[in-house]
Amino acid sequence: MSNVPPDLQYTKTHEWVRRLPDGTVEIGITDHAQHALGDLVFVEVPDTDKTVKVGDPAAVVESVKAASDVYSPVAGVVTQGNPGLAAEPEAVNNDPYGKGWLMRLRPAQGAATAELMSAAEYQKLLQTEAA
Amino acid sequence: MAFIPHTPADVEAMLATIGVSSIEQLFDEIPANLRVKSLNGVPVGLNEMQVGRLMSERARADGRPLCFIGAGAYEHHIPSAVWAITTRGEFYSAYTPYQAEASQGTLQLIYEYQSMIASLTGMDVSNASLYDGASAVAEASLMAVRANRKSKSLRVLVPRTVNPIYRRVAVATAGNQGVRFEEVAFSPESGLTSLDALKKYEGEDITAVVVQQPNFFGQLEDVDAITDWAHSHGIFVIAVVNPTSLALLRPPGEWGTQGKGADIVVGDGQPLGVPLSSGGPYFGFMTTRTEYVRQMPGRIVGRTVDLNGRPGFTLTLQAREQHIRRAKATSNICTNQGLLVTAATIYMSLMGSTGLERTAAASHARAKDLVAALTAVKGVRRAFAGPFFHETVLLFDRPVAPILTSLASRGILGGLDLSDSFPELGYALLVCATETKSLSDINSYVTALGDAMQSAVRAA
Repeated sequence: MSNVPPDLQYTKTHEWVRRLPDGTVEIGITDHAQHALGDLVFVEVPDTDKTVKVGDPAAVVESVKAASDVYSPVAGVVTQGNPGLAAEPEAVNNDPYGKGWLMRLRPAQGAATAELMSAAEYQKLLQTEAA
Repeated sequence: MAFIPHTPADVEAMLATIGVSSIEQLFDEIPANLRVKSLNGVPVGLNEMQVGRLMSERARADGRPLCFIGAGAYEHHIPSAVWAITTRGEFYSAYTPYQAEASQGTLQLIYEYQSMIASLTGMDVSNASLYDGASAVAEASLMAVRANRKSKSLRVLVPRTVNPIYRRVAVATAGNQGVRFEEVAFSPESGLTSLDALKKYEGEDITAVVVQQPNFFGQLEDVDAITDWAHSHGIFVIAVVNPTSLALLRPPGEWGTQGKGADIVVGDGQPLGVPLSSGGPYFGFMTTRTEYVRQMPGRIVGRTVDLNGRPGFTLTLQAREQHIRRAKATSNICTNQGLLVTAATIYMSLMGSTGLERTAAASHARAKDLVAALTAVKGVRRAFAGPFFHETVLLFDRPVAPILTSLASRGILGGLDLSDSFPELGYALLVCATETKSLSDINSYVTALGDAMQSAVRAA
């Protein structure tokens, strides 16, 4: 059973969003997503100051069998891509909600967001997809 | 006998399964105005005997001329062993094998090829090859756009000293994908890329600059100055090099004084054991630094160990290719020039670094002999003063075309007339000599040229 922390928000495309105290948001891929991809060998994170819209491909996660885009669930400006993933892409597999975060964004004023789900709603989505 | 394995019943069953009424319908997304109804000018099929006869007649029409044309394809001696080994059944394939890991011998050969090309160019990694030098320049430009993340402009500077055919192919291939190629002038005195012309771009967002060494005129560019200039402005350096020349010249991986070298290195591999063959097929090579390997197009073979710890070879970094990443793939190239790479690998192994060095040195020496002999003919002089590798440009006091016709009637291909591609040079001829030309070959050229110039005077 996938780990779905209750304090985060989720997207249909298996990204998670954490709201940080300084008003920025942290984004990563869920435990379910990392498991489906398999062992990651490379992660491409966005450059600082890059402007992204909702649904823009903002990062790329590459496993031995596939390379997938990670879509930004929030519009805003990138404040940081996770610098640790260049040397340690497996952090996304081992700690998807912690050391494996992909990027931090400062949401634009009145920023549009994708339809975000609660942990309970995301759990339900996973059950529906599995069925 | 038909070689298509599907019977009409098979085809019908497959179409019914996917709910399509005809094969034609599968091509509906191609606009009607772009579709060709019939192939005009394609004659009816010939049998093997007829084809054999036709081809040997055409080969006879070529004759066995003494060739002093270079301009991107170079006649070098190819040891007989190269093609005797290359055409063995075990190697005889044009492509990366489909069930790649079952073909360990082929993968090992590509791995050795990659190692040798990386070492020759002074770079970290090589792909398994591309179609030819021209398409490699196009792919390198697209790769620079992906890899140079500081630049957003998709503008690539291409000096006019880069092979004009490569420039045209790059525009045709990458121009339609948003890359803008901008020509940079050369200095008429030296035949080298003008640094002053480059400096006009300072302060603008430029993605990459292409540098050919030796350049199309055979002259040696100031690659250190160009590399330093580019890197100090965040511009990628795409080196286009002749592999033979690298036995003598500093590899692109060491260009510049900032210890960074070129970012992407490409070129045509034909001089490494591939015959001229009326223009192809040849193969292109491409190398880069490790940090950009994920942006490099094409196949890459890696060495690894199997479950039991035994060494083996495997295709690697495939997740960025079109059969997995579809429209987001690094490029649409998912193969390599297998057979020609096989020949090049065997050629390099047989020659060794000493052999390649001697070939390069002998070619340079013969080219100098040729230029000295030809410029002794009245009305012929060098266009540019600086050092050259194994070809250079000569200027004539009269049009070149009739002279070349006269030489050809005596079995001599005297060089490439530059009047179409470089009208600004005047009556200019690009001439080349490699180690295959003897002093008596050069004498034959000089004698025939003297006669051609005489009769041209009489005609005037």
